Amino acid sequence: MPVYSLTVNGQPYSVEVDPPSTPLLYVLMDDLELNGPKFGCGLAQCGACTVLLDGQPIRSCVRQMASVDGHEITTIEGLGTKENPHPIQTAFTEEQAVQCAFCISGIMLYGKTFIDQTPGATEEQIIAALNGLLCRCYSHARMVRALLRYAQEVQP
Amino acid sequence: MKRPTSKYVVTPPRMTPDAIAALERAGFSRRDLLKGAGALIVSFSIAGSSNAPGEAPGIKNSSSGAMLPIPLDQVDSWVAIAQDESVTGYTGKCEFGQGFRTVQYQLIADELYVPLERVTLVVCDTALTPDQGITSGSQSHPTEFGPNGLRQALATAREALFRMASDQLGVPVDQLAVQDGVIFVQGDPSQSVTYGQLIGNQRFDLTVDRAAIPKDPSTYTVLGTSVPRYEIPEKVTGQFEYVQSVRLPGMLHGKVVRPPVIGATVISVDESSVANLPGNVRVVVRNDFVGVVADKQWQAAQAAQALVVSWSAGVGLPAQQDLYDYMRQQPSRDSYTVLADDVDARFGEAANIISATYLTPYQMHGSIGASAAVADVQGIGPNGAATIWSASQGVYPQRDSVAQVLGIPKENIRVIFREGSGCYGLNGADTVCYDAALLSQAVGQPVRVQLTRKDEMAAGENYGPPYIIDLRAGLNEKGQIIVWDYEGFTVTKGNRPTEAAPGNIITGALVGFPTPPLVPGGGTPPTSYSNNGNADSSYGAGCVAGQCGGTGTVESERILTHTVESPFFTGPLRSPGRLQNTFANESFIDELAAFAQEDPIQYRLRHLADPRLIDVLNAAANAAGWKARPSPKGGRGATGIATGRGVACVLYEGNNGYSAMVAEVQVDLTTGQVTVTRIVTSQDSGPVSNPDGLRNQMEGGALQGMSRCLREEVTWDDQKVTSIDWRTYPVFHWGEPLPVIETILLNPLDKPQMGAGECTITLAAAAIANGIFDATGARVRQIPFTNARVLAALQGT
Repeated sequence: MPVYSLTVNGQPYSVEVDPPSTPLLYVLMDDLELNGPKFGCGLAQCGACTVLLDGQPIRSCVRQMASVDGHEITTIEGLGTKENPHPIQTAFTEEQAVQCAFCISGIMLYGKTFIDQTPGATEEQIIAALNGLLCRCYSHARMVRALLRYAQEVQP
Repeated sequence: MKRPTSKYVVTPPRMTPDAIAALERAGFSRRDLLKGAGALIVSFSIAGSSNAPGEAPGIKNSSSGAMLPIPLDQVDSWVAIAQDESVTGYTGKCEFGQGFRTVQYQLIADELYVPLERVTLVVCDTALTPDQGITSGSQSHPTEFGPNGLRQALATAREALFRMASDQLGVPVDQLAVQDGVIFVQGDPSQSVTYGQLIGNQRFDLTVDRAAIPKDPSTYTVLGTSVPRYEIPEKVTGQFEYVQSVRLPGMLHGKVVRPPVIGATVISVDESSVANLPGNVRVVVRNDFVGVVADKQWQAAQAAQALVVSWSAGVGLPAQQDLYDYMRQQPSRDSYTVLADDVDARFGEAANIISATYLTPYQMHGSIGASAAVADVQGIGPNGAATIWSASQGVYPQRDSVAQVLGIPKENIRVIFREGSGCYGLNGADTVCYDAALLSQAVGQPVRVQLTRKDEMAAGENYGPPYIIDLRAGLNEKGQIIVWDYEGFTVTKGNRPTEAAPGNIITGALVGFPTPPLVPGGGTPPTSYSNNGNADSSYGAGCVAGQCGGTGTVESERILTHTVESPFFTGPLRSPGRLQNTFANESFIDELAAFAQEDPIQYRLRHLADPRLIDVLNAAANAAGWKARPSPKGGRGATGIATGRGVACVLYEGNNGYSAMVAEVQVDLTTGQVTVTRIVTSQDSGPVSNPDGLRNQMEGGALQGMSRCLREEVTWDDQKVTSIDWRTYPVFHWGEPLPVIETILLNPLDKPQMGAGECTITLAAAAIANGIFDATGARVRQIPFTNARVLAALQGT
């Protein structure tokens, strides 16, 4: 049984994986007991499982453990907590920008990454950066407002 | 490569704080829980036996260990006040992301005059909360603010507290006032007593008083304000415990193996096919239910894929392109909403008769999270017991029906609600409870099941049913509607699970419970008017047996719905029937307005009677900057982009929320692509409990309605469903152009609370179709409005 090492939200872990095909999402959900990344489709079609791999958003439901061995993973738990939230989490709370929020990992992590890397990002660009993600409650209008609020905050 | 600096211990699974709290409420001590898997022996012998703060004092278990029902008419079933002044409410109306949990906090704080911070709420737990049936149909507001809901119990409690304070302070009730849970003498606040001093940790022992007077909404201080949703900070930080994240000591993971084609039955299962897979795989078969259990989720998923099952052939399916013909040919159960006796005569008098047919396909709930449940089942028969963590919309019906599936008395089963992903109706949340419970019972350990995307889409959920709606209207020389004839055809198979019919959902049917068949017949004249399904249009007077309950003025109506057997399971999908009916009715009124060459809003107003529906329609029109003129706009070219605006309005369920919508659309005349650029929508649901929460529902409903009418359609071949993921069941995704959405709230404080969550989704299809017509002169009468259908309609103009 292969053993993989990875850093998740700043904590180093060593995880035995059996079978070796186990995707990263299952390790995060079932072994590390994280609630942020979620199983939506298992097909990289919705983004509910999104995490940051070395700072870039990926779909953890189709990412095999072998490919993340030795890398850094950040989930939305790693951004901040209820008591000490990250500014993007504050923005989503301020705008009340969810309904069920099952999709939120994808929306926040793709949105945050794009905005962090794109000074002066426009609304149109931000929407395009979320291309392919899904929110079935359709809280889109608020999510856009939250992302624009975050963009204002980090790049006033 | 980095070297590991710590070894993560994988077993036993730890529990989240929420799961621990839930079990503690059931009587387990923290010490027992921390001991791990061995301690988790489900028994209700101590469940509900304490009256600790936060426990519903109305619950007592019998000497047998079974739970007793929670009486709906007792104040103690609804509210408990602790010595520390905290207030705990108990509710059977669950949270699905629609924000009603927060509204209930507001209701408790307002009705009892306590700060929000002191309020907690126990939601949908058969051991703790009253049986309020299903959380659906936009009924949470009317129910909880109605004579049998939470508000009446709170009003009774408040009046009782005033009487107690009066006795204690020796001052008549009418000279007392209350603030922040302290009752004091008016003019002398030093004479006071707190709720905790009066009733802390004690039972009220009071029947809910129907004569108790709830607060007048004009005096609300917490309701009517945009209190932020309590759970959003946890949701955006990943700390929230969904049903998908419930973890129990010793919990295993299960997956199901559904029939590959509709109606296939198990011939044999080759357990050896998974014998060499990792994870202690076990195979569970019960009639046509097949599942696997393994230590880890991925192991179970691999085993479910690898398991060799020999299935019989399927039953075959009607060809998709012939669905609507098929529906017209089946034996039907018929029901009239209205049957005036002068319909044929009035058609004989009409100067013009217009008719059209509207089609809506099967559609899915398509929850983003595949449905999940966790079950801990011990044994079978009278001594069996079970606890199930579920995102069901009805924990009690789930309990009563899973009892049949497990062969365990319902009194020994506890169903605890945990929010799942948004469900929008009867998605897979109930059937996956059966899946988890069956697997747990078979292996004697707690089992979590999360369906796969395909499990849920191809055979796991109860689809929203298709509709054919034939409409015909007679107009007089002035274009006034004098007669309206609606003939609808829809389908049904199964529904929400009940104690009598676990076979209403797929897993119940697979284990052998019959799905009650459709019984043809009916068709007797109506005896009273109910427009719960919105089959009657907004323009019908709704006259039955001498009483007229409709929102319009057309008295001569025949409203007849045929229901036939469905090849697929069906059930409530957000705005069930009402979306399909309103698409037809609100498109057809637009066609009549166009025929009469009148402005679509003016023409509607000409036939409306209900002042509140008129008000919401005018509110949306004004906010949208609507200029009166007939549709179509005219003057478009043969290529390029045409723009237009469309409108729709409805009184949801005939009595549960007024709403109107204006949609502005662009149509690409070359490709047929429809883009919605702006949605302006108004709503009157009585006093607004939480303005921002209502706007959130309206915005989401409008966009979801747009997805439903532009994209969504279940597809199949001759044997099986072929829309099995987000590629094959296209929906509105991120990245596509977003319409601007504007919401207008009407807030009549002198009216009762109505439903709020399903109004705008009901209107989107018609508003958009009418917008396409205004832009192009092309009428699209079949959902979804694909490019091909729009192009075909354009070619007909």
